[in-house]
Amino acid sequence: MGSLEEAIEGLKKFLSNKDDVAVAQIEKLITGLQETDLNEFDPVKRILEGFQHFKINKFDKYPELYEKLAEGQWPKFLVFACSDSRVCPSHILDFQPGEAFMVRNIANMVPAFDKLKYSGVGAAIEYAVSVLEVQNILVIGHSRCGGIKRLMTHPEDNSAPFDFIDEWVKIGLPAKVKVQAEFGDLPLEDQCKHCEKESVKLSLCNLETYPYVQMGLANKKLRLMGGYYDFVHGKFELLEFEPRFRHLFST
Amino acid sequence: MQKDNFPLFKWMDNYWYLLNWISSRARTVMSRMAVLSSSWVYGDSFHCSPFSGLTNSFVGFSRNWPNPNATRRSKNMESHLRLLPSVKRNQIWRPNASSCSLELAQELTCYKVENMGKTDEDQDLFDEMKQRFLSFKKQKYLEDLEHFQALAEAQYPKFMVIACADSRVCPSNILGFQPGEAFMIRNVANLVPPLEHGPSETNAALEFAVNTLEVENILVIGHSSCGGIQALMSMQDDVDSRSFLEKWVINGKSAKFRAKAEAAHSSFDQQCTHCEKESINRSLLNLLTYPWIRERVRKELLCIHGGYYDFLNCSFEKWTLDLKGSSIEGGRYSFKDHAFWY
Repeated sequence: MGSLEEAIEGLKKFLSNKDDVAVAQIEKLITGLQETDLNEFDPVKRILEGFQHFKINKFDKYPELYEKLAEGQWPKFLVFACSDSRVCPSHILDFQPGEAFMVRNIANMVPAFDKLKYSGVGAAIEYAVSVLEVQNILVIGHSRCGGIKRLMTHPEDNSAPFDFIDEWVKIGLPAKVKVQAEFGDLPLEDQCKHCEKESVKLSLCNLETYPYVQMGLANKKLRLMGGYYDFVHGKFELLEFEPRFRHLFST
Repeated sequence: MQKDNFPLFKWMDNYWYLLNWISSRARTVMSRMAVLSSSWVYGDSFHCSPFSGLTNSFVGFSRNWPNPNATRRSKNMESHLRLLPSVKRNQIWRPNASSCSLELAQELTCYKVENMGKTDEDQDLFDEMKQRFLSFKKQKYLEDLEHFQALAEAQYPKFMVIACADSRVCPSNILGFQPGEAFMIRNVANLVPPLEHGPSETNAALEFAVNTLEVENILVIGHSSCGGIQALMSMQDDVDSRSFLEKWVINGKSAKFRAKAEAAHSSFDQQCTHCEKESINRSLLNLLTYPWIRERVRKELLCIHGGYYDFLNCSFEKWTLDLKGSSIEGGRYSFKDHAFWY
């Protein structure tokens, strides 16, 4: 990551440019940067200001709502989203307090039902579907996902293994295999994009292996959806997953 | 994996791209110094929540996206609130998890999605979601396009946040974290399992945030009326067969023992509150079981903070782990910089 000094040096290199507009802009930036000291970033101050803003502009403005939320929650959604700092569903889909029970993990993955492993995800699904009785489960993937890129490149790139990341992202192996079979001749970036979407579909299929999800689907009380947020182009896709059997024949 | 080399070398022949990138970085830096302004913090866009049980229908309604400085109240909110039942603390239900074939998951990977006929309510839900995204795009993404384009190249969050999945406590709402600021894990009861419990989604995210993104702060946020902690406090210790929920929250059992010991004569609710805070402290200690975290804390490259959001009183308590006075083996922790905001 470029340091503050590198940024200023980089800017100074362009001061020789004859474009007056650019020069003015660059000089203004350099002045601003020089007055700033990165070491002064105060995480506590940042948290305090954020909380104060929430309290003044949300909590204190809607007391009846927050009073009710203090008693309980009745979210309509269980959302799985990536931990990536750029893709919080509270921003991109404007989920407000009380609307979405939200799980965030690397590459927004949902592993298949396994009584021995992945109790964290299992606990969230169990609680959301059985206790909170959410009506929608939404898995949101996104562009340029680091977890998916790791899945697609390791171990073929001979990079050193990560202790925990590799163990987690291998949940997405079926998606990787499918993408490599269909799009193996494309550049890595395109393959990753396909895998980001395929992984969402895989997670939706994995959701269906949970007994409470099966019951919810059978009773038509639960809907499964997949989303894809492309922050490169500012786009969002949504699809619904409806597992069903289509009767073919009987004799 | 998103770490980017300084793009000066990569984009030398496109100085406008570089100008935008540096400008965006500079603005990110300068914004940290400034008091949160309306251009950075979400304006008063919230009225009420069609996606919660506060309303009995999926029907979306037109949402106004006012000037951040304006004060608005939704005319629909009062009617929604009348539909609310009175509820006590969420009861814990123990499901009978029947066995399920894992082969089904493999067969379904080839499943195709078809278009089905939709009800009006369904369509309203989808329309609402679409409108929300388009509003985000118009009011945030396009308004600050340079910043979002720079973010699309790489993320440099200063925070890693571990928060509960509870719908009421998203740190983007209660602490105003904006895109790019906080790498976030959300799980039931904001638990951090120790190293010896083996790989999990939580330590996978920790590994990425600390070793690759090199965040400077880890913040574990707990909250009041946590259903996961309540489940932990309610469960019987000697029962073998457990639901997923109990298998997960058992990660907080040392906090439970401490809470029961220290608040033995208090009500169940008070013991739960005690456990909610103890559990945060236990999670902070568990962070130190990861050598690469401990090392960075020792070198003062990384700070570990605990936070507690009480949504009954709208207060936020915050404290920072003091490595010198803390011991994993002794289960002892020491804190500094304690603050209470209300």
